[in-house]
Amino acid sequence: MPSIRTNADVAARQAAAPILSARDLTVDFKLEHGVMRAVDGVGFDVRRGEVLGIVGESGSGKSQILMAAMGLTAINGRCSGSVTFEGQEILNASPEKLDKIRGSSMSMIFQDPMTSLNPYMRVVDQLTEVLVAHQGKSKAEAVDVAVEMLERVRIPDARRRILLYPHEFSGGMRQRVMIAMALLCKPALLFADEPTTALDVTVQAQILDLLNGLVHELNAAVVIVTHDLGVIARMCDRVIVLYGGRIMEEAAIDDLFENPRHPYSQGLMAATPRLDDNTAHDLRTIPGSPRALAGKMSGCPFAPRCDRRIERCTAETPALQRGAGGRAAACHLVTP
Amino acid sequence: MTEALLSVHDLKVHFPIGKGLLTGAKGAVKAVDGISFDLKPGETLGIVGESGCGKSTLGRAILRLTKPTDGTVVWLGQDFFALDKASLRKARRELQIIFQDPLASLDPRMTVGAIIARPLKTFHPELTRTQIDARVKEAMAQVGLAPEMMRRYPHEFSGGQCQRIGIARAMILRPKLIVCDEPVSALDVSIQAQIINLLRKLQRELGLSLLFISHNLSVVRHISHRVMVLYLGKVMELAERDAFYANPMHPYSKALISAIPLPDPKAERARERVTLQGDLPSPLNPPKGCRFCSRCPMATDLCHSTEPPLSPRSDGRLVACHFV
Repeated sequence: MPSIRTNADVAARQAAAPILSARDLTVDFKLEHGVMRAVDGVGFDVRRGEVLGIVGESGSGKSQILMAAMGLTAINGRCSGSVTFEGQEILNASPEKLDKIRGSSMSMIFQDPMTSLNPYMRVVDQLTEVLVAHQGKSKAEAVDVAVEMLERVRIPDARRRILLYPHEFSGGMRQRVMIAMALLCKPALLFADEPTTALDVTVQAQILDLLNGLVHELNAAVVIVTHDLGVIARMCDRVIVLYGGRIMEEAAIDDLFENPRHPYSQGLMAATPRLDDNTAHDLRTIPGSPRALAGKMSGCPFAPRCDRRIERCTAETPALQRGAGGRAAACHLVTP
Repeated sequence: MTEALLSVHDLKVHFPIGKGLLTGAKGAVKAVDGISFDLKPGETLGIVGESGCGKSTLGRAILRLTKPTDGTVVWLGQDFFALDKASLRKARRELQIIFQDPLASLDPRMTVGAIIARPLKTFHPELTRTQIDARVKEAMAQVGLAPEMMRRYPHEFSGGQCQRIGIARAMILRPKLIVCDEPVSALDVSIQAQIINLLRKLQRELGLSLLFISHNLSVVRHISHRVMVLYLGKVMELAERDAFYANPMHPYSKALISAIPLPDPKAERARERVTLQGDLPSPLNPPKGCRFCSRCPMATDLCHSTEPPLSPRSDGRLVACHFV
């Protein structure tokens, strides 16, 4: 069941201290032919009980934000800026420091459960590892907790199935195992990178319902990265629209969908075919292709595809302007 | 009533498995298990279903890219499966396919011009180089590619452009039917919209018929005239587009539509949802009776014992369910 979020809830939540704060987060990758900036000065806060969505197309840098926060940036990547978890700096932190947080207070669900589970280990060993390491449980206690968690994510016959290998599960069941693993230590912060993209729609619906229920039960903060505006609409309280590594717009969920202000957000919504759209008109398109990841560039990253582009857009990068009601937009032509 | 361009009757594709040296086949995956439909000229039939429902196998079997086990396909009045090699080759000029992965379906060592020209060179060896070049440029312009790019290689193009190259290659022989196998699934939303509009435009202008295979019901709504829902190799529902989306009748169609999250948070919160339990059963061992019975919220004993026939309803649609 999706939760009903009143304005009072949202206001109360906004008053609490954020559990995760990113400021001016930048991720550069060193390539043969130069440096590619995947994330360019991104800042946001997430509070407990809040689900933040990050939506963008391929190459927008959406996954790299999560990877940087988890300390999983590839070896040729360099992160700068700041990411704090409960006030502690975690960007570029030592593996020892990160290991105390990752898996226990902060965990992640990846897109592809087949490649993120270890094919050589039985599910039971993968699940109990984290409990033994972080909570000092005995193996037997850990197995009980793991079985209980598999039951919570509605894997039937969990006590027997926990002894299987990942390939013996279907895609939907594997994703449940991933979710169980991520939630085992009852994390305060959960990252989900395209958690249902690899799944069929009927299974996606089950997994989204399940995630919704579990994160509200745990009162966790959640950051979901996806390209699917439908998943955002179903799951999130607040959304960041990312393009070319920069935040184009940020708003509460209803505000963004009712009244997108940035030309890119507007284009993205108009280009999405809707199931409940009765007309047989052509879809609105955004000309060109998403930015090929290149070196640093001046101007708005969306300018080459924007139909409202003026001269200033290619010369000067618009700053993210914050306005009322938690709205923000980075565009010379609109006020947030 | 216009004459059908393509008539598929009781098509079956079974893949034998576990064929040991002495034991013989242990069973078969019935990927397509008795599917029938007609396609009119200029019509788009959307074929939808989840993984393993047989939608891609169906498309490939119709083109004889996969060997069908049983059934007939009548193409312009001819039995397509009975054609000999020479006649099949001739008929195939009019039946083309576009694949899901735009880059993988293009030869990386051929220039884009050569890729698009290939079908033309194969089927029309009498054409001169100048004539071929002119046709290639025309096809490229038709799909929105700059003809100057014909000397470039596939890796120099984005995913959306590669899909346009695939479409140009399929279009160059001026076919009557194109099987589109998940042509936009690998593309970003903004590019997906461009390709959908392009296919709609080509169809309008050239009177093409499309078999549009997709798991995305929102995309299918924007391109199809009729929609066919498959589940484990069988048709669950076959209906006119607007009637289908306004009122899906089969419990599986209902569940599919209700499972798709709408890009509209208020509508999402207000929506009543039918969430199916469980995963797709193994196609090796589909449930007895109705194939959908193991996940159907309406299933009764009858569904577990007797398979419902695909039968017509008052508005002309076909539904395979005992209860609707």
